[in-house]
Amino acid sequence: MYDFSYHNPKNVADAVSAMNEAEDGKFVAGGQTMIPTMKHRLASPSDIIDLRGIAELSGITVDGRGISIGAMTTHAEVAASSDVQAMIPALAALAANIGDPAVRNCGTIGGSVANNDPAADYPAAVIALGATVKTSKREISADDFFTGMFETALEEDELITAISFPKADAAAYMKFENPASRYAIVGVFVAKTGNDVRVGITGATPCAHRGMRLEEVLNSNFSADALESVEIPVAKMNADIHASAEYRAHLVKVMTRRAVAACS
Amino acid sequence: MAENGIGVSVRRKEDKRYLIGKGNYTDDINVVGQTYAIFVRSPHAHATINGIELAAAETSAGVVAVFTGDDLAADGIGPLICGVTVTSDDGEPHRAPAHPALAQGKVNYVGDHVAIVIAETLAQAKDAAEKVEVDYGILPAVTDTGSAADEGQQQIHEAAPNNICFNWPLGDKEAVEAAFASAHKISRLDLINNRMVTNPIEPRAVLGEYNTGTEEITLHLTSQNPHLHRLVLSAFNQLAPEHKLRIVAPDVGGGFGAKIFIYAEELVVGWACRKVNRPVKWTSDRTEAFLSDAHGRDHVTSAEMALDKDGKFLALRVMTTANLGAYISTFGTMVPSYLYAFLFAGQYTTPLIYSEVKAVFTNTAPVDASRGAGRPEATFMLERLVDVAAADMGLDPVEIRRRNFIPVDAFPYQTPVVQCYDSGDYHAALDKALALADYDGFGARAEEAKTRGMLRGIGLSSYVEACGIAPSAAVGQLGAGIGLWESAQVRFNPTGNVQVFTGSHSSGQGHETTFAQLVTELLGVPIEDIEVIHGDTAKTQFGMGTYGSRSMAVGGVAIAKACEKLIAKGKKIAAHALEAAEGDIEFADGNFTIAGTDKAMSIAEVAFNAYVPHSYPEDLEPGFDENAFFDPLNFSFPGGTHICEVEIDPETGVVEIIKYSAVDDFGKLINPMIVEGQVHGGITHGVGQALLEACHYDSEGQLITASFMDYAMPRADNVPSFDIDYAPTDPPDNPLGVKGCGEAGAIGAPPAVINAITNALGVKHIDMPATPEKVWRAAQGAA
Amino acid sequence: MPVIHMRVNGNPVSGEVEARTLLVQFLRDDLRLTGTHVGCDTSQCGACVVHVDGKSVKSCTMLAIMANDCEVMTIEGLANGSELHPMQQAFMDNHGLQCGFCTPGMVMSALDIVERNGNDLDEATIRKELTGNICRCTGYHNIVKAVKAGARAMGD
Repeated sequence: MYDFSYHNPKNVADAVSAMNEAEDGKFVAGGQTMIPTMKHRLASPSDIIDLRGIAELSGITVDGRGISIGAMTTHAEVAASSDVQAMIPALAALAANIGDPAVRNCGTIGGSVANNDPAADYPAAVIALGATVKTSKREISADDFFTGMFETALEEDELITAISFPKADAAAYMKFENPASRYAIVGVFVAKTGNDVRVGITGATPCAHRGMRLEEVLNSNFSADALESVEIPVAKMNADIHASAEYRAHLVKVMTRRAVAACS
Repeated sequence: MAENGIGVSVRRKEDKRYLIGKGNYTDDINVVGQTYAIFVRSPHAHATINGIELAAAETSAGVVAVFTGDDLAADGIGPLICGVTVTSDDGEPHRAPAHPALAQGKVNYVGDHVAIVIAETLAQAKDAAEKVEVDYGILPAVTDTGSAADEGQQQIHEAAPNNICFNWPLGDKEAVEAAFASAHKISRLDLINNRMVTNPIEPRAVLGEYNTGTEEITLHLTSQNPHLHRLVLSAFNQLAPEHKLRIVAPDVGGGFGAKIFIYAEELVVGWACRKVNRPVKWTSDRTEAFLSDAHGRDHVTSAEMALDKDGKFLALRVMTTANLGAYISTFGTMVPSYLYAFLFAGQYTTPLIYSEVKAVFTNTAPVDASRGAGRPEATFMLERLVDVAAADMGLDPVEIRRRNFIPVDAFPYQTPVVQCYDSGDYHAALDKALALADYDGFGARAEEAKTRGMLRGIGLSSYVEACGIAPSAAVGQLGAGIGLWESAQVRFNPTGNVQVFTGSHSSGQGHETTFAQLVTELLGVPIEDIEVIHGDTAKTQFGMGTYGSRSMAVGGVAIAKACEKLIAKGKKIAAHALEAAEGDIEFADGNFTIAGTDKAMSIAEVAFNAYVPHSYPEDLEPGFDENAFFDPLNFSFPGGTHICEVEIDPETGVVEIIKYSAVDDFGKLINPMIVEGQVHGGITHGVGQALLEACHYDSEGQLITASFMDYAMPRADNVPSFDIDYAPTDPPDNPLGVKGCGEAGAIGAPPAVINAITNALGVKHIDMPATPEKVWRAAQGAA
Repeated sequence: MPVIHMRVNGNPVSGEVEARTLLVQFLRDDLRLTGTHVGCDTSQCGACVVHVDGKSVKSCTMLAIMANDCEVMTIEGLANGSELHPMQQAFMDNHGLQCGFCTPGMVMSALDIVERNGNDLDEATIRKELTGNICRCTGYHNIVKAVKAGARAMGD
């Protein structure tokens, strides 16, 4: 790891100003991706701005329409939250299956969403639930947030403060794990609210995205069987030693089917 | 039987220090004035080195020194050696290209050692290593085992035309051809034995210190065989005279073979600590472990079995290409030859066997022994082929095995491939395993699974392996540069407690407990008064170390022999002290007694007496301390039957192991708790190979599975709890009646798992690791 | 260089560290608490698990400075004098360790599992909860037994 200057701001304004003063600063949330990346000398920020001391970024609040999760809330806290379990159980279940217990004690929802790893779990939920990403500057809709592999709509000095998830009538997440890393080879989050079905897919392509064709079919017939005829475009799929594009495309369908089945 | 003696599941003596964080692993050791080393490694699989620019690194903050291969060569250090010669089919010894510890003008795999950077702190060493500028001339890489020796391939070493290290034939080719010509049926199978990375969880490390006063180098390092390290580093690498070189392997965090070998880092750090006259420490990180620990397996094989109309095996023919990597590691030649083809008879009476092994060089990390070493490859080939033959003949896999097993009254059994098995009862192990696995109930379970849309399969593997490595006479004839005996010294202190010095070394097997059990059994000394000392060449006599499931079968016997000598001497001392004739002294339960009387001395009293010899006659030496060497007459031959039952989700290809039953013949068990633990670990290692672990190089020679993010290690949720039992036989060739248990699981498991999968899918074969995608594809094809 | 303070196994400690110093480096190199091990560089193996403010974390994936003012518990802090913690004792009694290298992380993770899941643990729960700790020796069979027994003993 290259050395850097460390900052430990106590509020969002100080964090942003530290970033603006830094030559090449990075926000660190739980550090579960950033620290390994820096250990391998694949990143060399001049300044690390640790968000862990900012109390206003943590916590889970509920209102009639949904749930708002502070960016620095850990995966373990989301998984264990009785509010999340009651309001959107699929989201709690997703969080409970990220990484391993020690990683879940550090890793945060904001860090995961801001990092936008193509195999991360949360982006699928953010997309499928039509969440709103609240930042230090604005609110960004899920559909506009994830812009590419490890890329988001966030600006350099912009940080996520909270993510608010509207309640769905039914939702489920199905993940097919990479046997080595335990990240998603394919993860599919299906959410149904009224007659509106949204499908968020992670792992399959360079960036988490909505499964528009799947949604179309499910909007007219919300059943696992309805998906039989849907063609998943193989050409767009990721391919690596763990799963070919063809297999990933197949898994998208299987995981979607299973998620739909789990919704009903 | 002594309270904590042979056959008792004694709690381990070594556990407390590990459990309270007081283990002492190499990287835990720090010394005053210590510096830190980083190796500059080749990022290319195959390249000439046109120049190295060191100035920026040498002037980087905190740097003590930077050395390259030229510096090593100037001091006459190295190259690394291979300890076993294999004679090629042209009558010449295997081709042995030079293996410099730091590259000499050329690099041959990603991770190959180019320079060492030594600095005051680890971070400074890393910073400086990035500033070493190497001008590489990139060459095409050879990475594929099967085509490495093809015509027109890029040549790696001038000394090895066509990238061939050796072509090694074994057996009577014409007789086998004749048997095939007249066979009722020929079953054929092409298979790959997947390359693995051994991955003990403690990464390798070395800390070198030089004392200018005594001119002694001390290397603390991660070794399964510290004396072997000292011998090779001294006699062959010219690091220091043997009496001026001390190797200390403290607690070793797992080995599984990977810590047998004499590695470049160890030699270079040992040399460099004298050069800079400062202690130098190098600790591998996991990425380096993937790049530069010796890997395992990596065979491409075609196998054929000729059968008669009753399903009896008439002849076996096996053609294997084995990948040795870029250089020959310490025992690289031995693994795909003697440790492989000598096991081709398996548990069967196959009268004729012919094989050819072509060992090839590639631009990949060196390949050497890894848990099982050759025997898993042999067993996988044979036990898969037997299942294919069963299908070809329309026989149940159990039935074809029964028809071909070596019968229990045929031992000692001379196989057509050198080995002579001393004991075994293969039917007994099979019967017990079938009962343990409820083999007869499988059909109903498969039916039930079908109702849930799942595919169930069951598979067996009846293996035999050669352990207790090894009779020196036998391995010497074959070309080993060393004997494979073991040493022991059992020393009483005057106050009656005992120190046991063994040339074996534990990397988790629990020697401090099992060897103490042996001594308490034989000498009657309470186990808490016995300390086992190993792993330090300054403390223990020369010994050969731990690998090939040999520690109890060879090292344990040496300890027992030393105990016998103590008893013999104790009788002399007791006779003298008790004023009796030596012939009248009996030893039992820790007491020397004049036969037929109640006059006795405890062994502790004898020990005290031996060190206070005020009135000893001339022919009675003081002291109570004996040593012994044991060279086995034969290998030992553990065997058994493992049965795996799997359930496959045909939609995803995910395989779940539902039940795993193992019945092994290890002879006598010294500590059943520890033996069971060895079996559990071995099975999981084998399941890892069968389902998860695959080491992949791309066509340019980049290792794309260089971390636990991409190389799938078995985790707690990949395996079930196991059902373990034993069907022991008594090995006449081993004085303790033990056979060895450390590798059995890794040998037995891979074919059991794959046979279960092919059974579930109804396909002929699936290569390891049977990843979900491979299984899904096979399920598609089968459907 | 920044100065950090924390309580480790109940004892106040402080040190001057580079910002890039990992918690595990601070524990091992500065405090000489070498019971916490490093088995990988990608936060997978779990040999480095310690507790920070009562929660299990991978100390190879946390900066030492991030644990400033925290309570840190390592494997060295569990036993009460010569008396092993019930979880340590359960690992010994059930042969839940072989080479011992992954063991400190296993034990620290096991305590965290009990903390979150209670004293009556089934095998499936234990296996799932242990996926962040890799062992090459034991095949997990006896670790699972040990965690189950240790959890029960902690409730007694």
